[in-house]
Amino acid sequence: MKSLEKFMRKLEPTHESKWAKFHPVWDSLYTFAFTPGETTKKGSHIRDGIDLKRTMFMVIVALIPCLLFGIYNTGHWHYFAEGTAGGFMDHFGDKLIYGLLKVLPIVIVSYGVGLGVEFIFCIRNKHAIQEGFLVTGMLIPLIVPADIPLWMVAVATVFAVVLGKEVFGGTGMNIVNIALTARAFLFFGYPTMMSGDKVWMSGIGDMAKENIPEGVTGATQLGELASFTGAPEDFAHASISAFESAWPIWESFMGIIPGSIGETSVLAILIGAGLLLYTGIGSWKIMVSFVLGGLAVGALAQATAVNPYMELSALNHMVIGGFAFGAVFMITDPVSAAQTSTGKYIYGFLGGALSITIRVFNGAYPEGVMMAILFMNVMAPMIDHYVIQSNIKRRLKRLKTA
Amino acid sequence: MSRTIKLRKGLDIKLLGEAEKVKSTPQVTAFAIKPPDFHGLMPKLTVKVGDKVKTGSVIFFDKYKEEVKFVSPIAGEITEIVRGAKRKILEVRIKADAENSFEEFGIINPDSMDEAGIKKTLLDNGLWPFIKMRPIDIVANPNDKPKAIFVSGFDSSPLAPDYDYVLHGQSEAFQAGITALTKLTEGKVHLTTRANAPHDDALTGVKGVQSNTIVGKHPAGNVGTQIHHLDPINKGEVVWTVNALDVAAIGSTLLSGKYDSSRIIALTGSEVKKTEYIKTNIGASIASLVGDNIKSDDDVRVISGNVLTGDKVDAADGYLGFYHHQITAIPEGNEPQFQLSGGGWLGPGTKKFSINRSYFSWLTPNKKRRLNTNLNGEIRSFVVTGEMEKVFPFDIYPMQLIKSTMYNDIDLMENLGIYEVAPEDFALCEFVCTSKIDIQDKIRQGLDVINEECM
Repeated sequence: MKSLEKFMRKLEPTHESKWAKFHPVWDSLYTFAFTPGETTKKGSHIRDGIDLKRTMFMVIVALIPCLLFGIYNTGHWHYFAEGTAGGFMDHFGDKLIYGLLKVLPIVIVSYGVGLGVEFIFCIRNKHAIQEGFLVTGMLIPLIVPADIPLWMVAVATVFAVVLGKEVFGGTGMNIVNIALTARAFLFFGYPTMMSGDKVWMSGIGDMAKENIPEGVTGATQLGELASFTGAPEDFAHASISAFESAWPIWESFMGIIPGSIGETSVLAILIGAGLLLYTGIGSWKIMVSFVLGGLAVGALAQATAVNPYMELSALNHMVIGGFAFGAVFMITDPVSAAQTSTGKYIYGFLGGALSITIRVFNGAYPEGVMMAILFMNVMAPMIDHYVIQSNIKRRLKRLKTA
Repeated sequence: MSRTIKLRKGLDIKLLGEAEKVKSTPQVTAFAIKPPDFHGLMPKLTVKVGDKVKTGSVIFFDKYKEEVKFVSPIAGEITEIVRGAKRKILEVRIKADAENSFEEFGIINPDSMDEAGIKKTLLDNGLWPFIKMRPIDIVANPNDKPKAIFVSGFDSSPLAPDYDYVLHGQSEAFQAGITALTKLTEGKVHLTTRANAPHDDALTGVKGVQSNTIVGKHPAGNVGTQIHHLDPINKGEVVWTVNALDVAAIGSTLLSGKYDSSRIIALTGSEVKKTEYIKTNIGASIASLVGDNIKSDDDVRVISGNVLTGDKVDAADGYLGFYHHQITAIPEGNEPQFQLSGGGWLGPGTKKFSINRSYFSWLTPNKKRRLNTNLNGEIRSFVVTGEMEKVFPFDIYPMQLIKSTMYNDIDLMENLGIYEVAPEDFALCEFVCTSKIDIQDKIRQGLDVINEECM
C-alpha cells in the first residue's frame, strides 16, 4: 500500500500550487483511504482509537437495516396501490427492484448535493472537511416519501446544509438537526409532496382514480388517525378499535405500513438502536427518556380521552409514524441535543411527550415528531443552562457553608 | 478521621511493559535541571558555564519569589546552558564529578522545628519546588497559608511505579517528610492510599496524617481527584500537594543534612527490552538510564513520566524531569494506515483501545496493549458529548469548562470549577476525546489566565 500512499502524497496540492485551495478536498480523500500518521504533539501521548469518522460510520451501519427495509417496503406499497402486491414477501424481486430504482437516486442526490455544498464551504473557509454530513446524507432520504421529486431533495439539502449548519460555522456548531431542517423545509415548502394521501404509496399520485383498487386510500395511519380530531363524518374508521383491527400493531412493528422511506420498521430501527447503544455511540439516556415521555403522554391521553384519537393505546403510538426513528436517530444527534447528563433526561422526556401531544391534539400536523424534535433542539441550550447553573450554585453554596 | 472515597467513573488503560521489581544503578555522568519543568517560572541563574557546583548548590532562583531556590542534583561542572526562543532557559547541564560532594546544612529534626524554620530550610536547600499548589498547579507560593496539604500514596496512571515497592525501607525518611509538612499548615495533611490493598509500612505506619482510602480506577491516584472528594478547593483557598516519593526525599534530606536527589524510577513501556526500577538522581540523562534497552525496530517515543501526562524527551539528548518517577517508551505511530489493510478507522481495530465498543478490541478488555502515539484521527469540532463524563470523577462539567477556557470567559471558568483542577486531571478526557482536542493544553492556558487575572 506504500505505492498508493506515495501516489496520493504526490497529488497533494502544495501551498504554492494553483490547486492549493483544494487541499481540504484532497485531505478528505486521503484521510478516507488512510488513517494518517499524525502523532500526538501535546498532552496525552496515547489516544483512544475512535475518531469522528468511525463514529459517523457506525451510525451509517446502524441505518442500513432501515434503508434496506425501506427499499423493499417502497416496492411493496407501490404494488399494493396497484392491487397486485399479494402477501408481503410475494413478488420479492419486483418489489426490490422498484424500491431500489426509487430510493437509490434519492440517496445519491442527497449525498452528492450535500457533500458538494460542504466541499464548497470548506474550500472557501479553508477548513478540513468534517464528517457530519455522512450521516445527514443518509438520514434525509430515510425521512422523505419515496415519491419526492429529486430536485426537491436537492433544494432541501442545500437549504439545510447552508442555513442549518454552515451559517453557524459548520459541523458541531448547528442549533437544530440538519436532516430535520431539510424535512421541515419540504414539509412547509411543498406540503402536497410531504403529506396527504397522494405520496405515501409510491406511484399512487400518478394513477388514474379508477385504477386504484377499492379500499386503498393512500393515507398513512397517522393521516387516518388525524381524521379523528375532525368532525365525525370525516372519520376514516368508525372507531379506534376499527382502526386497530385494520392496522394490527404487529404489522406496524414490523414496518409493513406506508410512510417515509426508512421510518416504518420498528424492528429495523431497533437493530440500529442496539448497535448504537452497544457500541456506546448513541445516548441511551435520550432514547429511553424520549420513549418514556411518549408513553407517559400516550397513557395520559388514553386515560382522559375526549376524542377517538386519544383512545389509541400508548404502545401503538410507539410503532406508528416516525416516533421510533426519531427516538433512535434524530433526537440523539449529539450536537443539537442537550449536552449534560441530567439535561439529556429532561430533553428526551420532553421531546417524546411533545411528539405525542402534537399528534393527538393537532389535526393539522398528523406527525408531531419532527416538530417536537426541532422545538427541543432549540430548547436544549436552555435546559443545559439550568442544569449547569445548578452545578454552579452547588459550588457557591459549598463556599458559604465552608 | 479517615475517610473512604468510592469512584464510579474512571478508566484504567492496560499497557504492556510494567516495570519488573528489580533494581539497577547505572553510571550516570550527565545531568540537567530544566526550568520548563516548573510551569510559569522565570529563572534567574546564579551560575555560568564552567562553574563548579556541589549537590545542593543553588543553580537558579525564581525572579519574582527570590526565596524559592533550585539546586543542583549532583556535584560537578556546569557544561552548557541551553536556551530556546527569546533566550528562554531550557536546560542547565551539569557534568558529574567522579566523587559526589554536598552542600551540608546540618542534620535537622523536623519535630523540633517551627513553621518558619522548616520553611526556611526547605526554601534554602532546594526542597521547596517539590511542593505544588492548587489552584494553578505550579510551585507553591511560600507566603500562602494552605488550608491542607495532600499527599497521594499511590499512582494509578498507566504503568506507574509501585510506591509501596519504591518506599520500602524509607519509613523513617517518609515520616520525617510528613512531619515537616504538618508544620506548614494549620489544617490537616491528608495521605490517601488505595483501599483493600496491602501497603508498605512506610505508608501505613506514618503518624500525624489523616489517612484516607480510595476505591476506583484511574484517576483515583491523582491528588486532584482526592482533594475534590475530601476537601474541595473554593475560590480564595489554597492547598498544597506533594508526591509521596518526594516526601521521602524531603525527609531524607532533613535527616541527613544534605540534599538527597536520589530517586528510584520505573523504566516501563512496551518498547523497553528489560523493564526494571533504576536508582538514579533527579535530572539524569535519559541515554545513560535507557541506553540500548530499547527495541529499535520502529521509531520509539521516550517519555519522561507516564503516557498521559509525561513529556516527550530525546532518547539521546534528553533528561529526566524534576517531578517524574518514571520513563516510558512506546512506539511512534507515524506510519499512515491504509483502510483495506485493516489498520485505519474502517478496520476491525482489534489492536486499538477505545472506551466505546465500536472496534472489536472490546472483545479483549483486559488484554495489555502496545498502543502507539498515533492520534487515531484528525482534529475536529466538539461533536460527541458524554464521553468525557465517563472518565472524569469530578462534580464538574468537563466539556463546558474546556470550552470556557477556549473562549477565555474568566467568570464562567471560576463558576465551573477551574480552581479545583489541574491539567493532569483532564488527561483521560483528552485520551477519550473523539475530536482529538489537546485538552490539557487548553486547561493550562485557562489556568494561566486565572493566575494572571485572579490570583
